[in-house]
Amino acid sequence: MATAIKTVSYEEVRGDLWRPLSGASSRYIITLLILSAATLWGLCAWGYQLRTGIGVAGIRRPVFWGFYLVNFVFWIGISHAGTLISAILRLTDADWRKPVTRAAEAITVFALMIGGMFPIIHLGRAWLFFWLFPYPNSRLLWPNFRSPLLWDVTAISTYLTGSTIYLFLPLIPDVAQLAKRATGWRQRLYRTLSLGWTGSDQQWHALERAMKLMAAIILAVAVSVHTVVAWDFSMAIAPMWHSSIFGPYFVVGAIFSGIAALLIVMAIIRKAMHLEQYLTPHHFNNLAKLLLLMSLLWLYFTFAEYLTSWYGNDPKEMNVFGARTRGQFAPYFWIMVFCNFVVPFVLLGVRRLRTIRTATIASITVLIGMWLERFLIIVPTLSFGRLPATWGQYAPTWVEISITTATFAAMGLLYLLFSKLFPIVSIWEFEPHVEPDD
Amino acid sequence: MNDNNQKPQHRWGMAIDLDRCTGCQACVAACHAENNLPISDPQSAAKGRAVHWIRVDRYYEGEFPDVRLKYMPVLCQQCDEAPCEPVCPVYATYKNSEGLNVQVYNRCVGTRYCANNCPYSVRFFNWFDPVWPAPLDLQHNPDVSIRMGGVMEKCTFCIQRIKRAETDAKNEKREVADGEVQPACVQSCPAEAMVFGDLNDPESKVSHLAGSGRSTRLLEELGTEPKVFYLKRAT
Repeated sequence: MATAIKTVSYEEVRGDLWRPLSGASSRYIITLLILSAATLWGLCAWGYQLRTGIGVAGIRRPVFWGFYLVNFVFWIGISHAGTLISAILRLTDADWRKPVTRAAEAITVFALMIGGMFPIIHLGRAWLFFWLFPYPNSRLLWPNFRSPLLWDVTAISTYLTGSTIYLFLPLIPDVAQLAKRATGWRQRLYRTLSLGWTGSDQQWHALERAMKLMAAIILAVAVSVHTVVAWDFSMAIAPMWHSSIFGPYFVVGAIFSGIAALLIVMAIIRKAMHLEQYLTPHHFNNLAKLLLLMSLLWLYFTFAEYLTSWYGNDPKEMNVFGARTRGQFAPYFWIMVFCNFVVPFVLLGVRRLRTIRTATIASITVLIGMWLERFLIIVPTLSFGRLPATWGQYAPTWVEISITTATFAAMGLLYLLFSKLFPIVSIWEFEPHVEPDD
Repeated sequence: MNDNNQKPQHRWGMAIDLDRCTGCQACVAACHAENNLPISDPQSAAKGRAVHWIRVDRYYEGEFPDVRLKYMPVLCQQCDEAPCEPVCPVYATYKNSEGLNVQVYNRCVGTRYCANNCPYSVRFFNWFDPVWPAPLDLQHNPDVSIRMGGVMEKCTFCIQRIKRAETDAKNEKREVADGEVQPACVQSCPAEAMVFGDLNDPESKVSHLAGSGRSTRLLEELGTEPKVFYLKRAT
C-alpha cells in the first residue's frame, strides 16, 4: 500500500506539505476573490430576503419548502464524506486512508456549517432561530420535543461539535510542529491551537485513544444525523414521504454524495497543491470503488422505494409517482438516474476506464444527481397534495438561486482558507516512529 | 399550559351541507372582513400567495356536455388528532381546552412544517408583512390581531366570537345558547348551508347534523378526527 510515499523521507514530506502554507500564487488570489464575491452576493440576497420577507423566494402554498431545504439535505449529505472515509477507515486500520482523512474531515465541518445555515435561512422569522434550541423560554415553555425539526437541531449541533473535535484532534501534532517554525500571528495561532503539545508518550497515547473514541462516536452520530434529516420528511403524512426506509435511504445517499465530494476535492488539491506523490491513483482507485458500491446501494434503495409505491398503487402516491417518473419532473428524474447510476456504473465499473479523471467526472455527475434526488423528494410531493384543488407549482427566484450558488462558493472559500492555514494532508502520520504499539 | 383544567365545557364543531352550498363565496368575503386577512393582488394570487382561511373548492362531475359542478367550502378542520400540531418545534400550534386547534402568532418562527403536514392545505403563510390598499386599512376588526410577515395563520373558528359569547354567558350566569356563536362564514351563508355549535351538547343542531346519515368527514381515512362535518346526499 501507499508505496509511493515510503520512498520519500519524512523531511521531504514536511517540506512538500508545508510549502502550500506560505505565499500565495496569483491564481490563488483570483480564485479567492471570485469565491468571496459570490459568497458576498449570496449574503446580500439573504439580507434582502430578511428585510423584505421570505416571499422574495419562490416558495408558495402548497410548496412551502423549496430550494433551501433541498440545499439543506444536500449539504448535510456532503458532510458524510469525512465520517465515512475517516472514521470507518480509521477504525478498520485501513492504512491507505492517511493522506485522505484530513481533506475529508474538513469537508464534513464546512459542509455542516453551510448545511446548518439553511434551516435558518428558510425560516419565516430567521432572527428567532434560537427559539428552537432546547432550553425553556421566559414563560418556562420548552420547545416541542415531538417535532422532527427539534431532533434536527439537536442532531446537527451534536454532529457539528463532534466533527469539529474530530477534525481538530489529529491536527494537534501538526500545529505543534508548525508553531516551532512559524512567526508572528501564525505562531500565536498555532501555539494556542496546539494546546501545549510536546509530543510525550503520554500525550501520544491520550491522543490515540481520543481519536479512536471520537471515530466510534462520530460514526454513530453521522448515521443518526442523516436519519433524522430523513425523518423531517418521513414523519409527515405527505404522499411518498411517509416511508419507513427513508432513514437508511438518506444515509446511503449522504455517504454516496460525500464520497463524490471528497473525490472532487482531492482531485483539485492534488493538482493545485502538487500533491501527486501523496494522493496517488491508488487512493482514487479505492475511493472510486467505494463510490461505485454506494451507487449500486443507492439504486437498490431507490428501486425498492419506487417499486413499493408503484405496486401499492395508492392514488395519492401515484399522483406524485407519475409526476416524478412520467410527468413534469420526469426529465429531472431520468437525469438523476443517469447521473447517479449510469455514469458511475460505466466509468467506474469497467476497470480500464477507472482513472482519476473519470472518477472525478463520475463524482461531479453524482453530485448533480444527488442534488436532483433531494429536489425530487421534496418538491413533487408538496406540489401534488391530497386534495387536487390545492395543487400548485414551484419555481425558484433569483434569491434562492443566488443563495444556492453562494453556498458552493462558500465551501470553496472555506477550503481555500483552511488549506492556507493548515496542512491539508496530515504530516505527523508519515512520521515513522509514532505508530502505536497496541 | 392551559389554565383551564376542568373538563372542557364546549367542543366546537361545524356542519356544512354540500347539497345546499351554491358556491357563492360569501363565506370567503365575510372571513376576510372579520379576520383581517391580507388582500392579495392578482400577481401574488397567481403565485399562490393569496390567503383565504375558508375557500370553495370546485369539483367537476360527469363528461362534457353533461357536467355538474360541485362546491366544497374547506376551512381548518380543527382536527382532534391534528397532524400540524406535533411537528411544530415551538408549540405555535396546539390544542386549546375546548378542542380548538389554535395558532399562536407570536410564537411562530415560520418553519412551515405544519402547513406541509396539513392534508387539507388550510394553513396560510405570511410571506410579507400584510398591506391593505386604502381605505381597507381603516376597517380592521379590532378584536383580531394583525399578523406579521413570517408567521403561519389559519381559520380559528372565529375564536374572538366564541370568547365573547362565553364571556357574555358567564356574566349573565347562563349557558351559551345553541346558535349563539356564529363564525363569520356561518353568519353570512345565504343558503344556510353551514351550522356551528357545541358537539358536547347532544341537542345542538350541529350534533344532530353530525350524527345524520348524510354526514361524512374530509379525508377521514387519515384518522385526523376533524370537527367539520360535510353533509351530502348519498347517490
